[in-house]
Amino acid sequence: MDAESYQKTVDQIAPKRPVLLNCMKAFLTGGIICAIGQLVSFVFMYFFSFTERTASNPSVATMVFLSMVLTGFGIYKKIGQFGGAGSAVPVTGFGNAVISAAIEHKSEGFILGVGVNMFKLAGPVIVYGVFSAFVVALIKTILVKMGVISW
Amino acid sequence: MIVSVIIAFIVGGLVCVIGQLLFDVAKLTPAHTLSLMVVIGSVLDGFGLYEPFIDFAGAGATIPITSFGNSLTHGALQEAEKHGFIGVLTGMFEVTSSGISAAIIFGVIAAILFKSKGKVS
Repeated sequence: MDAESYQKTVDQIAPKRPVLLNCMKAFLTGGIICAIGQLVSFVFMYFFSFTERTASNPSVATMVFLSMVLTGFGIYKKIGQFGGAGSAVPVTGFGNAVISAAIEHKSEGFILGVGVNMFKLAGPVIVYGVFSAFVVALIKTILVKMGVISW
Repeated sequence: MIVSVIIAFIVGGLVCVIGQLLFDVAKLTPAHTLSLMVVIGSVLDGFGLYEPFIDFAGAGATIPITSFGNSLTHGALQEAEKHGFIGVLTGMFEVTSSGISAAIIFGVIAAILFKSKGKVS
């Protein structure tokens, strides 16, 4: 069996993904997480004198904290099974990836287990986020220096 | 106030639907999807489009992982404006720091506090 006909057989046998239902679940889950994030940023705006733009940093940190509590008690895994991308795309999903890896590898010790494995799942996000930000910022800086565009 | 919560709900939800479509229709792994979304966020900020998006959607734009790419680019550009090319390197983590440092700090705290309950997916 060559690769093409193998792929055809896989497509026939594999269960069809309920795309519409998954999207609705992702919309609901992701929407609720972002709505909670908005409420948290109101708290920072009204009680700690942050502005609309600067409030996003402490709200992200707070959401990661909530993610730690939910991950620790095994609740985030259940949210993930329901929400799919709705739980993975918000920053709480990033926190969950880091924190669950940290808890899972605790038995191998704090340096070789927690330290080494913490960014096993979340690493690509940081690596390619940083690299693409570098490329984008470099191109823009070059264009500005050449006088093509302005800041 | 209620209006901005509703806008955050709808916009954040839609960003997650894009992620779900990348999972289900484009058949990408979660790691590929999230990397792609971070890259999209950083490119959008290069065109100066992400800040207006945050002004409109609030947490609907800052909580999804795309904002991570945005703030990386944003920090780099802010410093580049002041110090030229060196700033591209030095400014990178200036704005993003909270998300990564929170993940590291709470990750270690969680490892101290919690025990693994068998398989963690």
